[in-house]
Parts: sequence; structure tokens; C-alpha cells
Amino acid sequence: MKFRFQRKYLSIPYVLFFLFFVICPIILIVVYAFTDKATGLFSFNNLIKFFSDSTNINVLVISLVYGLINTGLCLLIGYPIAYFLADKKINKSAILVTLFIMPMWINFVIRTGATRDLLTWIGLSGGSHPEVATIIGLVYNYLPFTILPLYTTMLKMDRSQIEAGADLGANPVQNFVKVIIPLTLPGIISGATMVFMPTISSYVISDILSEYNVVLFGSYIDLYFNQSDWNFGSFMALIMLLLILLSVVISRKFSNEEGGKKSIW
Amino acid sequence: MDRDDIIIELIDVNKKFDDGDSFAVENFNLSVKRGQFVTFLGPSGCGKTTTLRMIAGFEIPTSGKILLNGEDIAQLPPYKRPVNTVFQRYALFPHLDVYDNIAFGLKLKKVKKVVKDKKGNEKVKYVHLSQKEIDEKVVRALKIVDLEQFESRNVTTLSGGQQQRVAIARAIVNEPEILLLDEPLGALDLKMRKEMQLELKEMHKKLGITFIYVTHDQEEALTMSDMIVVMKDGMIQQVGTPTDIYNEPKNAFVADFIGESNIYVGTIYDKLKVRFLGKVWDCVDEYPIHEKVDVVVRPEDIKICNPKDGVAVGKITNCIFKGIHYEYTIMVGKNEVIVQSTKMYDTDKEVGIKIEPDLIHIMKREISSNAFEGYINKNNQVVFAEASWDCDVTTLLKGSTIDDEGYLASSDGKKYDLTDADVSVEFDMGDVDISDNLEEGNITGKIIEMVYKGDHYQVIVRTEDEDDFVVDTEWTWNINDIVSVKVNPSKLKLKLKGDITKYEI
Repeated sequence: MKFRFQRKYLSIPYVLFFLFFVICPIILIVVYAFTDKATGLFSFNNLIKFFSDSTNINVLVISLVYGLINTGLCLLIGYPIAYFLADKKINKSAILVTLFIMPMWINFVIRTGATRDLLTWIGLSGGSHPEVATIIGLVYNYLPFTILPLYTTMLKMDRSQIEAGADLGANPVQNFVKVIIPLTLPGIISGATMVFMPTISSYVISDILSEYNVVLFGSYIDLYFNQSDWNFGSFMALIMLLLILLSVVISRKFSNEEGGKKSIW
Repeated sequence: MDRDDIIIELIDVNKKFDDGDSFAVENFNLSVKRGQFVTFLGPSGCGKTTTLRMIAGFEIPTSGKILLNGEDIAQLPPYKRPVNTVFQRYALFPHLDVYDNIAFGLKLKKVKKVVKDKKGNEKVKYVHLSQKEIDEKVVRALKIVDLEQFESRNVTTLSGGQQQRVAIARAIVNEPEILLLDEPLGALDLKMRKEMQLELKEMHKKLGITFIYVTHDQEEALTMSDMIVVMKDGMIQQVGTPTDIYNEPKNAFVADFIGESNIYVGTIYDKLKVRFLGKVWDCVDEYPIHEKVDVVVRPEDIKICNPKDGVAVGKITNCIFKGIHYEYTIMVGKNEVIVQSTKMYDTDKEVGIKIEPDLIHIMKREISSNAFEGYINKNNQVVFAEASWDCDVTTLLKGSTIDDEGYLASSDGKKYDLTDADVSVEFDMGDVDISDNLEEGNITGKIIEMVYKGDHYQVIVRTEDEDDFVVDTEWTWNINDIVSVKVNPSKLKLKLKGDITKYEI
């Protein structure tokens, strides 16, 4: 039979990619998570092991706390920066924006190594101040990821809506709370999602900067995989996956209600 | 005018933006009576929106006072001013529904309330409006803009016209002393716009508050306003009722901007006689004899008649049917005359035209430089005022040169034959020389006027063909001296009419 080209064949590469790099890994994770390491048979041992040991829960809670602190600090620092960058009266060129985004272009490991040396030099070494060093490193790394979505939303923001707020009697503080924050909410949500979950699963930053004194969930998973306990590692990766799913659902609900626009997050 | 009647007064208001070197608004003086519908009218960039924004508080004047009920509010931030704005693109809050958009201002508002404390002493407190009061006000505002039952709708799902109504409701619900409207109908289609014009006018009558309206649409301004402020380049050109502005425009700009006009340069020929279109006409405005003036005649004020009855005679070259009338283009010599008439005439017909003396509007002409209409001859000279003048035609195209055959060659190898190309010519009064050696200049004329301007004389030289040259000179001359005029060729500023590509060979 003669081969006839059909348009749907164009999707084959994508289907293959999807199969090999999305579906298969997830199935593998689920399979490993619910099999016993010794026997190789289906079991809930990993689940029982995870929830019976308080160390595991502690690591998860600590990771969530680091995630929240990092997200909060990034938004706190990034929001005003993005606001002034997007104000054409103050920032007349795009160069300043590039400068803030530029750390993203430098290799992540080299950048983090340099941060460690710099922090040690000013007396904040991983040995003496592991928590502070980790937070500084996390904020430095994730700040561009909050600035960028905030900056984009603020550029699109209609400045006359802010004027309308003032015109209707809102003083600068009321105007900020009632108009500017709601208008930039989509940016806040995508900025937060781009920081919160990656922080929990990140481990290079905390490992390098705290000299292994701060253990985040990511390094914990890494630890088990390195010790060839793929089953327990997979189970924790599954928990991670469910957390990410949960945060996406929550943020979607927010942006649907408030912004009226759908975002990919 | 009684002082108490004035709600807002702008005194010597100037506004200069940081990045601009000219004034956006200059020497703006205006008093608005309570309850009036005032329109700022002008082309884009004339400063009308800037003036409105200064009243709203979004811009602070560089100098001058803005008195609201006699108090200067020029430095007050917008949220402290009892005025509200309807924005050009509505500026509704997308995160709030219709109700919350309208209630936005009410929820922030605090009203004076006398309350009794435990001991029975009366105290003045500032309290928020109650939910019930807000409800009532929002419902009433929605009724005024004809949007009952829309409370819980999302503003992003509304049509342009409905959004506009919400924006108006959001502003009027606060019961402002002045409602400011910044081209509020600009984004609507024609039919919707006409409807909203009438509705706004109706609303103004019902509410009784002062409206200040900004538009570039002259028809809109004429339909809606009690008073029109015509602006150009940051300055007020004329303030008056629509009828005044239409019938008695103060200068050629106003005449041209409001309605259609025929505008000519004329000369006062004798007492109550003006010469334009090559003929002498009776008029009612008195000006000094020999003065150059702008003459404005509305197309509907010109009567077509038999050639022998008309003051001027011309030929109909074009006729357009406009529904209730025909619009004719009549060539009188080299001048075009636009005439509106309900009668039908054949094109190419010779007709006479006449105008009632009181319909010929004569305005003072302000001269800032010498401007002429001319054309290029085959020697690459420019011909104007019936004389040919040396000039540099390469200025018409950047980087061009004149080749051996006398054509204009561009840097990318294209050639242009500029013979007979129409150009406008301009040159400063200081770049003209006059001499009593009649052979020296290109043309001769008679000095008809000489005014001392502090450090030099301004002389007007009129040629036989009644073209005027205005000359700045440090020498004294006498009226009626015959002189020759020459202009430095490099100082002649030429501007081609139409695109240069049409002359490519």
C-alpha cells in the first residue's frame, strides 16, 4: 500500500516525547513507590515508613517553611523593583530590567559557588550561619523569577485604572491595596508559583551554602537515590508531585477568580 | 457674572512637562459657571486633556491657580478633590463586578455624623456610609445610566457602550461638584456615539452638575455644550457659545476647525471694502486700509447666481451630493470656492457667486514669516510672487545632487524632473534684504507700512500683484519708497506638495 502523508503524522514526535519523558517516568515513579525494596512486590511499606518516622515529616515541614520564607522575601523585594522598572516615568530604558534578569544567564552552580565564597568572606559561612546563608542564596537565585512575571503584568497594567482609584477618593495606601494589588495579582501568583515549589525541591543551593546543615526535601530525595533506595526516593518524589499539583490547583483558582485571565500556572 | 455663580476658575495656568521644551498649556484663563456644560475642543496635542487632568489633579500646574468655589486646589492630590472623571478608555476595575465598581468611591467615602456619647454630649464623627445607603445610591446610579439588573455582571463581559455607562455611573454616584469627561465617546461607533451624546446631555440636565467635556470632534462639541473653549498649541483660541463660535470665529484656525470654511488672504481695499478672489466685496468689519487679513466664508453662505449678477465669476468643476444639499467646487481664477446649495447645477457651467456683506468674516492676520505658494521652473529656480528666485532644490531630497542635465539625482541613483512641481516657500523676515538699487533684487515693490519694533523696523513691501514681503531691517525707510527685494537663496525653505515619487523619471 502506498504511504500517504497525513497531517496528524506531524504529531508523532510530540506523542513519543510525551510518552518517554512524561508518562513513562511517572509510571516508573508510581511503580517504584509502591513496591518493596527487598521483595520487589507491591506493598505500602514506603508509605508506612514515611509517615511513621518524624524525621521525614520534619524535613518536609522545614522545606515548606523555607519555601514560604523564600517566596515571601522574593515578592517583598521583587514587587517594588518590578513596579519601578515598569514605570516609564522612572525607568526610561530596558537596560535596567536586563541587569536584574542577568544573574539567570550565569551557570547556576558557578553562581552558587561564588555566592558561598562571598558569604564566607563577609562572615556568613555555611558552618556558622547555615539558615541565613541558605535564605540569602535562595532569594538571590529566585528573585529574577518573581521580577519577570510581575514586571510583565505591570507593563500591561492600565495606569488610568490607578488614576481612577485616586479620582474616586482612594488615598495612596487604599489605592495600592484596593487597585494595584488586585490588578497585579496574576503576576504575584505566577511569581509565587515559580518560586515556592522549586525551592522545596531544590537542593544544590542549600547543600552548597549551608554545607549540608540545612536539608531540604530535594536533597532528602537525592540522598535516598544515592543510597540506592529508589523505592523510598520515588515515594517522596510522588509526594512532591502531589504538592505541586495542589499548588497549581490553588493558584489557578485564584487567578480565575481574581484576574479573569487564564495563566499557564 | 456673579462671583457666587462661578464654580471653577483657572487663573494664568501654565503646564510644562519635564521632557518637553514648550508649554503644553499656556496662560490658560477660564471661569466656569455652576451647572454649565463646558467643552474643551481642539486637535490632538492642543493641551485640552492636560488642562482637564490638572482640574482632576493628575497633573500639577507649573504655575497658576485653580480655584474651586474660591479655594485654590492646584496642589491638592486627586483623592481630595470633589471632582470625578470619566476616562477615555473607561478604566473600569476588571477585578470587580459592576456593583463594586460603582460602589468603589462610596465605600471609601466618610460623611460627617453627629453622635451622642454615653454622657449625652454631641460629637462629630466621620463614618462610612451604611451598606443600605450604598445600595440605594448604586441602584439609583444604575437607573440613571439605564443599566438596571446589571449589578453582578463582570465588567469584562460588557460591550463598549455598557462599559461607558458603568464608568459614568461610577463617577456620578459620588455626586461630584464637577464631572470631567475625557473624550468618553471616542471608542464607540458612530451610531452609539450619537445616542450617548443625547443621553449625556439629558443626564446633565437631570443632575444639574457642572460637566467639563474634552473632545476633538467639533460636531459633538456643538451638539452638547453650553460653552466651547477652542484650543490650539496649549492656548485658548476662543471661548463662546456654540452659535458664537460657529458664526463669529475669532481667527482662521477656529473657522477652519469648526465646520467647513473657505479661507482666503484678502486686503482691505477701502472703508468697509475687502478685496479677495480678485474682486472687491462689501463687508461690515472695519480694518485699516491696506491691511492684509484672513477672510472666512462658510460654504452655505455663498449664493450661486447668473454670471452677470455675481460679484465673482467661476466655473463649477465638481459636484457632490450630500443628502440635504449639493457641495460644489467652483474655480474662481486660481482659487477654489466650496459652495453648498440645495439647487442642482451642471458641472463645467459658468456661474456667478455673491455673498451677503455680514457673512464675510474678516480676521486679523498674524504674520510670523513670509510664506508663498510657488513652483519650480526648468532652471531649478522657484517661481513665486510673479518672479523667479534662485534656490537650492537639493534640500527637497536628502543627499541629492543636481546632475549635468539639470535633473535632481538621489543618492540611490533615482532621477527626478522637478519642472512645474508645486512647492510652498517660507523664509524668515530677517533673511530678506531690500535695496534702493532696483536692479539688485528679483522684484520691486512699494513700502506700504513700517513699524518700529524696539531694535529694528518691520517693513511691508507690496508688489504690483499685491504680494507682500515682510522685512526686518535696521535701516529707516519711507512709506511709498520703491525698493527691490532679494532673498538669500540658502535661506529659502522649500516644501514639496505631494510625494516626490510622482516626479521620478
